[in-house]
Amino acid sequence: MTYNWNWRIFWEPSPEGIGTYWDMLLGGLVTTLEVSALAWIVALAMGCIMGVLRTVPSRLAQAVGAAWVELFRNIPLLVQLFLWYFVLPEVVPVALGDWMKSLQSAPFVISAVGIGCFMSARVAEQVRAGLGALPRGQRMAGTALGLTLPQTYRYVLLPMAFRIVLPPLTSEMISTVKNTSVALTIGLVELTARARAMQEFSFQVFEAFTAATVAYMVVNLAATLLMRWLERRVRVPGYVAA
Amino acid sequence: MRLAALALVLLALLRPGTAAAEDLTGTLQKIKETGAVVIGVRDSSIPFSYLDDRQKPIGFAVDICMKVVDALKARLDMPGLKVTLTPVTGSTRIPLLANGTIDMECGSTTNNPARQKQVAFSNTYFLTASRFVTKEGTAVTDIDSLRGKAVASASGTTNIAQLTAVNLTWKLGVNILTAREHAEAFLLVETGRAVACVMDDVLLASFIAGSKTPGAYRISEDAFSQPEPYSIMLRKDDPAFKQLVDGATSSLFRSPEGRVLYNRWFTQPIPPRNINLNLPMSPQLERAFQNPTDSADPDHYNS
Amino acid sequence: MTGFDWGVIWRSLPYLFLDGMRFSLTLTFLAAAGGVVLGTGIALLRLAGGRVLGAVATGYVNLMRSLPLVLVIFWFYFLVPYIGQWVTGASRPVQVGAFASSLLTFTLFEAAYFSEIVRAGIGSIPRGQMAAGFALGLTYRQVMGSVILPQVFRTMLPVLLTQTIVLFQDTSLVYVLSITDFMGAASKVAQRDGRLVEMYVFAAVIYFAVCYAASQGVRRLGGRIAIIR
Repeated sequence: MTYNWNWRIFWEPSPEGIGTYWDMLLGGLVTTLEVSALAWIVALAMGCIMGVLRTVPSRLAQAVGAAWVELFRNIPLLVQLFLWYFVLPEVVPVALGDWMKSLQSAPFVISAVGIGCFMSARVAEQVRAGLGALPRGQRMAGTALGLTLPQTYRYVLLPMAFRIVLPPLTSEMISTVKNTSVALTIGLVELTARARAMQEFSFQVFEAFTAATVAYMVVNLAATLLMRWLERRVRVPGYVAA
Repeated sequence: MRLAALALVLLALLRPGTAAAEDLTGTLQKIKETGAVVIGVRDSSIPFSYLDDRQKPIGFAVDICMKVVDALKARLDMPGLKVTLTPVTGSTRIPLLANGTIDMECGSTTNNPARQKQVAFSNTYFLTASRFVTKEGTAVTDIDSLRGKAVASASGTTNIAQLTAVNLTWKLGVNILTAREHAEAFLLVETGRAVACVMDDVLLASFIAGSKTPGAYRISEDAFSQPEPYSIMLRKDDPAFKQLVDGATSSLFRSPEGRVLYNRWFTQPIPPRNINLNLPMSPQLERAFQNPTDSADPDHYNS
Repeated sequence: MTGFDWGVIWRSLPYLFLDGMRFSLTLTFLAAAGGVVLGTGIALLRLAGGRVLGAVATGYVNLMRSLPLVLVIFWFYFLVPYIGQWVTGASRPVQVGAFASSLLTFTLFEAAYFSEIVRAGIGSIPRGQMAAGFALGLTYRQVMGSVILPQVFRTMLPVLLTQTIVLFQDTSLVYVLSITDFMGAASKVAQRDGRLVEMYVFAAVIYFAVCYAASQGVRRLGGRIAIIR
């Protein structure tokens, strides 16, 4: 029962025919990054809207924002992806459902939307915290200057709020990349799924998973460095929080 | 810390009275020492190894393995041997066998030369070929008409390996949807996500029989392989344990009890929905039962 | 759609809750308990463990936080027996069952997150507390154990409980190993009876109810035990 090491496995051709096992893993990494980017865009867009809605002086808006956040925060990501992938095509009109099922890139799109919505709840909370950390006077000053509420948000509140929450948003972005691995359950062939496929075809468990681990660590490092650069670029001199 | 652990192990070995009368090795030694045998079972390989409506593992292969357990109990003189049935899937069965989580796997595992590099197999208890299922009414009739379509298969199976190979050599451009297990692969066809599902034909027959509308499905004439053997999967390089399993299965298959067991699962209603698969024993399998063999060569069974 | 089948949910309730939910909850509580203990140890190692141990602890936390949980689950399930064999010098891989493997995975994974929470908590305690402890003649261990950590846990309890709720949601990922937790049980019933919509919606509703109730409880608890400085 000893394990047979074979680090040269990466240079052997994979049975899927697209090249070596290394190419297979690289393809998975590219898919991971693509889905993460798409999901992050969705998360930022919806998260900002919902976070802002929760701080607007309107009961209805706050209720909508709170409902969105609670809904997507209290259901596990796996369950959410299953709902999007399996349940949604069954509850919409048959023609629409069939079209959804026949989409070649269904797992890709569903993963991006599903993970995006899941992360948007967390982004919304961060944005809300950021807006809440600003002194009340900012909003009042905006009104005093004659700005409407949307203008106050656009020119006064949101720029500073984003600078405050940039560090936590970094970790949310890295979480998005990590969460793409859950999408292997709905058939997305991303990095972890490719590592599993490599393990199934070649029986080299350690090697496959080590490669995936190293890849995730590298992505994590790159994302952290990118965000640190971004933080430095948008820093407002003299403002303590930024 | 390793040195300390090693020292303790050596000390334990030197203690008088611990050496048993027999010199057990490998899996037999492990079972004797731990007092338990762990069997890997599947959740939807009907009727070989699947969960009934109380989520209890049952099936033809499970029954065969219970006979092996009886032989184990006799051999190791452990009437109170604890038996644990652990769920495995197509893609976890080999790693879990290799890392010791399970001691043998009783499901719908195909015995083939590629796998024999990693694991060992016991005597054959079934023969089946890879085919695909489609819904009645689709234009998909043979393998070539799968061109460009979405086809599902369970991960870690010989079916998906064969589909991948055919896809490559014939340049079919098939979009292969990988499912976690057989039930999920069939579900992808049922819900219309995949046009076809590649699986062993006996499993396809079982899924169709158990589906809500059995008449709506059709198994292909085309096969991806010759009929290949199913056997119990064991760890490699463990001759003593293999000998025990081979002996137990051999005597079971040669005796009338083997035929009774086969008929119970293939020609009579089976739980949970009392479906009768109506699959009498083929002449090839008759021969394989008369002369139990662990050969991975499909041609061996045709002679 | 052929209509929502309530029957399949009703019939499978015992299996879903007695088998599935019990596994999920047991795993959550044990992993949270173990994770908090281990996480506190790691946090203390980073603060006062010296250069080597501190670096090891930091490396561990960074590693666990950069990997997806799914990958860590696979790592532990397939490879812990070999590691156990190497560590104990045994003649064969150590046999680890599904539950033990999941427990180990989640404890070690969440410990990294818990350690960050505890570390932030320790950092939020005013330095004067530590100084006062030393002034009273207490050793470092006594100050940590009797003065700092109790305050840390009181302040951080809401955050730790929130992380536990996240852990409860994460236990659904044992699905990838075909282990029967609540989600796995719902899936098995869904696939066997062909009732995907009913079972997945039911699972979502239950998870929502449990997590929402728990997070509301945590909020109220946080309000009551907060230390006002």
